[in-house]
Amino acid sequence: MIAHDNEPRLMKGNEALAEAALRAGLQAYFGYPITPQSEVLEYLAAEGAGRGCIVLQAESELAAINMIFGASGAGARVMTSSSSPGISLMQEGLSYMASAQLPCLVVNVNRGGPGLGTIQPAQGDYFQATKGGGHGDYHLIVLAPSTVQEMADMVFEGFRLAESYRNPAMILADGALGQMMEKVILPKQGSLPIVPRPWATTGKPPTRERNIITSLFIQPEKMEQVNLILQEKYRRLQGEAQFEVLETDDAEILLVAYGLSARICQKAIELARVKGIKTGLLRPKTLYPFPSTALAERAETVEAILTVEMNAGQMVEDVKLAVNGRRPVQFFGRMGGMIPSPEEVLNQIEALAQGVALEAERS
Amino acid sequence: MGHVATSIDGMELVYERPRTLTDTPMHYCPGCGHGVVHRLLMEVVQEMGIQEKTVGVAPVGCSVFAYNYMDIDMQEAAHGRASAVATGIKRILPDRFVFSYQGDGDLAAIGTAETIHTVNRGENILVVFINNAIYGMTGGQMAPTTLLGMVTSTTPLGRDAAVMGFPLKMTELVAQLPGAYYVTRQSVHTATAVRKLKKAIRNSLEYQKRNKGTCFIEVVSNCPSGWKMTPKESNDWLEKNMFPLYPPGDLKVPRD
Repeated sequence: MIAHDNEPRLMKGNEALAEAALRAGLQAYFGYPITPQSEVLEYLAAEGAGRGCIVLQAESELAAINMIFGASGAGARVMTSSSSPGISLMQEGLSYMASAQLPCLVVNVNRGGPGLGTIQPAQGDYFQATKGGGHGDYHLIVLAPSTVQEMADMVFEGFRLAESYRNPAMILADGALGQMMEKVILPKQGSLPIVPRPWATTGKPPTRERNIITSLFIQPEKMEQVNLILQEKYRRLQGEAQFEVLETDDAEILLVAYGLSARICQKAIELARVKGIKTGLLRPKTLYPFPSTALAERAETVEAILTVEMNAGQMVEDVKLAVNGRRPVQFFGRMGGMIPSPEEVLNQIEALAQGVALEAERS
Repeated sequence: MGHVATSIDGMELVYERPRTLTDTPMHYCPGCGHGVVHRLLMEVVQEMGIQEKTVGVAPVGCSVFAYNYMDIDMQEAAHGRASAVATGIKRILPDRFVFSYQGDGDLAAIGTAETIHTVNRGENILVVFINNAIYGMTGGQMAPTTLLGMVTSTTPLGRDAAVMGFPLKMTELVAQLPGAYYVTRQSVHTATAVRKLKKAIRNSLEYQKRNKGTCFIEVVSNCPSGWKMTPKESNDWLEKNMFPLYPPGDLKVPRD
């Protein structure tokens, strides 16, 4: 268990995340400025050197992720952060790191897209984060904070998962979580153990064979073996799925939402219950692995499901796969940096409740 | 590694594979310069006794398998990113000897930004730049360093400056940067050139030990297969056609 401070502090999401990274024993950070996450780089540039963390502003996100590759391969606990367009530039490196089985933590403070888009918060990078993002068959481990507290706590969880599974992990936040100030009780320094890395390229002593870190396996028979190892790892990872439920015991309508959308849904649930519509929430805390089993179980006890996202409907595909036709699954979302209001979500809940009632009358 | 003979019919063994090279037949074409440069690097690592403290970065290109031959810890970088990967390693392990080994396409086309900025930061690494004016691995396409008029598979009528621009003199560019400590251009087409390159590698690693900044060695090399010549012809062609644009010699030498 991760120990925490006694006293809360008021902090911005990006800064709480950066401070938590230092407390998690971050050894090196390589990054490039981009709104709305530049505070991570700025905070670490000011604080890192005095606390044993190498901080380097790279010439591009492309260079940053490859510095991360080298530093992780050299055995260090490493992190980078960016926002959507910059994360797109890192996809090459992430594919190579997944193949070479190098751990690292990548933070995506998601903004509206596609393209240069907008600096406002969005969840349009769900597919990119959870389905691989770069070329080849791989997954990142993806954590989705919904509070500043989780922006800090998930840094520890991200390092733990990345290092125990030797796989890049991502914290998928959004511009609002990065920029908002909230009460946070920070994790204590030094409470995250180091996983030994006998595979690191630290220089070959006479006592062992040389260590080679590569994603090149030119013979297809070998490349398939590497793929089988990765797929086995992803199967084991399914046991790490995390989620939170809210007011699901008597719920007839189940909302599924992550991150900022989940907070909006909480308010919408309050409004719906005032109107007598029994509504609950399942909030995935890990987007990969996705809490499919938990969702399938909850689906049995409700009448209908509404997925709410700040995109055109991405996680809803995983929700449908998990529910597998047991119940109708609806979607509501806003795009391009627009945030749905609780009232908008309430309207959707009311329409859904009405549909459920009509259906009940008919049958 | 099998038994190494110390004498054959009473003759003394004066030349052998350095222990820092693995006992693996190289995949390079006959007459290619890569094998010689690999060997020189590993000879210097052995002579300095730094095998335990050396970490190399292999590129994408013909030398993508450099780690099969060098008996040291190595990382394989994405195309063009070797110097960024080397930066990451060196920042974590500042007392190790770190080098990147890159071809012209890797270093001077797709990785130009990483190369310039790595040298501009004065990273304490050695960058070995093999310039044979062609993409060997992918089958002889135009490189950023391909000479004007030179025929490649993507310039079948010869490189035309109006369409393809000019050969990029990366080493001259890099020599302008304050982070560069030692910049030199060498070759391996003659025994004398081989000896000079070895000295340049030794100097670079000695400078690295003293944290002097980036050392950058261009090796003007051949590609008999890509150039469609015999090894001998390619070495003659190199001297006659490559050297006028890429003359051997030091471009930046330490003042202290």
